[in-house]
Amino acid sequence: MPAQRIKFYQTGSFAVGNRLLDPEQRSVQAGADRANSLTMGHRACQGCGEALGARYVLDAVMRAAGNRAVTVNATGCLEVFSTPYPESSWRVAWLHSLFGNAPAVATGVAAALKAKGRTDVRVVGQGGDGGTVDIGLACLSGMFERNDDVLYVCYDNGGYMNTGVQRSGATPHGAVTTTTPAGNSFGQGKSLPLIAMAHRIPYVATATVADLRDLESKVTKAMEYHGARYLHVLVPCPLGWRTASDETIRIARLATETGIFPVFEAVDGEVTEVTRIRRLRPVVDYLRPQGRFAHLFGETPRDDVIRRIQAEADRTVRVFGLTEPDEVS
Amino acid sequence: MRSQIEGSRAVAETVARCRPEVICAYPISPQTHIVEALSRLVASGELAPCEFVNVESEFAAMSVAIGASATGARAYTATASQGLLYMTEALFNAAGLGLPIVMTVANRAIGAPINIWNDHSDAMSQRDSGWIQLYAESNQEAADLHVQAFRIAEELSLPVMVCMDGFVLTHAVEGVDVPSQEQVDTMLPPYRPRQVLDPDDPMTIGAMVGPDAFTEVRYLAHLRHREALTVIPRVADEFAREFWRSSGGLVRPYGCLGAETVVVALGSVLGTLKDTVDELRAEGLSIGVLGVTTFRPFPSKAVRAALRGARRVVVLERALAVGMGGIVSADVRGSVPEASITTVIAGLGGRPVTKASLRTMLTEAAADRLKPLTFLDLKDDVVERELRRTG
Ligand SMILES: Cc1ncc(C[n+]2csc(CCOP(=O)(O)OP(=O)(O)O)c2C)c(N)n1
Ligand code: SF4
Ligand SMILES: [Mg+2]
Repeated sequence: MPAQRIKFYQTGSFAVGNRLLDPEQRSVQAGADRANSLTMGHRACQGCGEALGARYVLDAVMRAAGNRAVTVNATGCLEVFSTPYPESSWRVAWLHSLFGNAPAVATGVAAALKAKGRTDVRVVGQGGDGGTVDIGLACLSGMFERNDDVLYVCYDNGGYMNTGVQRSGATPHGAVTTTTPAGNSFGQGKSLPLIAMAHRIPYVATATVADLRDLESKVTKAMEYHGARYLHVLVPCPLGWRTASDETIRIARLATETGIFPVFEAVDGEVTEVTRIRRLRPVVDYLRPQGRFAHLFGETPRDDVIRRIQAEADRTVRVFGLTEPDEVS
Repeated sequence: MRSQIEGSRAVAETVARCRPEVICAYPISPQTHIVEALSRLVASGELAPCEFVNVESEFAAMSVAIGASATGARAYTATASQGLLYMTEALFNAAGLGLPIVMTVANRAIGAPINIWNDHSDAMSQRDSGWIQLYAESNQEAADLHVQAFRIAEELSLPVMVCMDGFVLTHAVEGVDVPSQEQVDTMLPPYRPRQVLDPDDPMTIGAMVGPDAFTEVRYLAHLRHREALTVIPRVADEFAREFWRSSGGLVRPYGCLGAETVVVALGSVLGTLKDTVDELRAEGLSIGVLGVTTFRPFPSKAVRAALRGARRVVVLERALAVGMGGIVSADVRGSVPEASITTVIAGLGGRPVTKASLRTMLTEAAADRLKPLTFLDLKDDVVERELRRTG
């Protein structure tokens, strides 16, 4: 597996200032000219990973597109908290239609722009995990298969949060939701990044809000391609995960450090980069701080469930080579 | 120029001359010939600049049209039956967003039991979706209505459904004068959207609206539909002046003046109905026909004016409100509450509505012997056998 590109953090920190770098290497958020695509006034919970992720994604899109982008949003927390009529937190051209059709609406936008010869305007579709991996999957697969010129971003918080934290196809094993009161039982899971790769679209990547510089850089890279592109971003939800609102970044980082959430890139359906785990941690480090997994550590500890989650993480680490040493080139 | 042409082909060529910029479609009988013809026209480059998107479902078809229309493109799609129902959620959304999409509905029954033949169950099921619904009587009118539909849609910023009977019209070859490019261009200026997704002037479209303003939003949508009641006849008048033939409008009275009995109907059955009525009138019966071209918004005033002198009204319906009876009947009753109205359910799932059956039914009606709810040509023996079998 090839080595990960280095994304220039300030020494010893994940901060995104990068003031010591050349301007073009600095993070989008460090620039005074950032678009502030999702600006103040929205109603997201404190510490909402989705709000953070969307802001970074859209601002990076805007920079790459020279501020010429149109966004199509699926129904979900992001849509609801950002547009309480008559207010809007969006400073990009933004359209919300339905829960399950954002990829198709984005296709329509792209088709219209193409017919009008507007090659300068780029199109982004976005939605939650429910809108993406469940109800919107058919539209998304169609969009991938046709290779429509759309970047689609899924903000994965592992559940239907907007309707009160119900189970989705992206809810992790063992997690309590309001429709899995005893914890989500084991199934086969559904990896949308892998499904996207099976369509052999030009670019697929995963990221988390723990590593915002990496997120920005993947958006920037995605924008270098045309055709269908897919970005899957892990965004902790303090309300649904029952975590403190100042824990969002730490929890997201633990998801990667335990091998639960692999961070990688794929070009034309093949993995080209993975983010190595420097010090692999046991999954309990990730599970224990979250209220949605509290029952695993209760009066009757569910070691069996934890073992299976660990086995899943071990498999992910192995399949993606997350702990392999970087190739020296 | 008048030529012998299949209905679907006539519609496709007319739509092409309306200069659509995005066409999307998912195949379903009896709509297929329309979109096949359009895909050929786009592939040949004749329609450039126009994008043809082969989608994976009707839900996606309407969604692509929504995105395209919101970006300021003239968007078109076509469907029927199960396909129309499959896009229901997006239909309401397109209307709510005020997007002037035009769609042909090749009217077909809805299953179960699955049935590919003609009736109006599909479009009627979307009665309250917020779409304008126009019903074509002939293939000439079907073609003409599309030119008017784009004009009406864009003037009002509302989506318009052009309903044409599946197979009966879509697959029938008859003489049609397909509107020429010059004529269409005079009727249809380039689309200027009321609101558009423009990166240079960013706008939030499709925000969440709560109890504080939702009623007002819906009331305004209703007002827009009432406004359509003046726009539709005006566009039809303009069309008549430009094309020297009459198509569209709200209603088409045929021998209604002074008629004791008037039959109300929509779509291609009007042809058979008028022939039958001609014969009955020649035999001395006082009877007329009222064709309803615009079903949504419902032209209550025009219907009332046409039915003023009638003693009895028969509403011939190609769909059934199960558990109730007529669908159009309810609106007719609301428009002329004092009239005696009977409902005749006819031609479901493609059963031919014959002149002979209409004759018998109308003679009964004129003698006040028709039940308030009648199923034309109902096979009593089949019904009784089934009732016996299932106890
Ligand atoms: C067709 C349809 N079904 C259900 C809903 C209700 N609904 C709205 S948002 C939502 C959950 C969204 O979950 P997700 O996509 O994961 O986004 P999140 O809110 O978690 O960010 C649901 C179930 C809907 N709006 N439309
Ligand atoms: S419920 Fe979760 S996803 Fe929704 S706004 Fe709150 S933190 Fe964000
Ligand atoms: Mg979610």
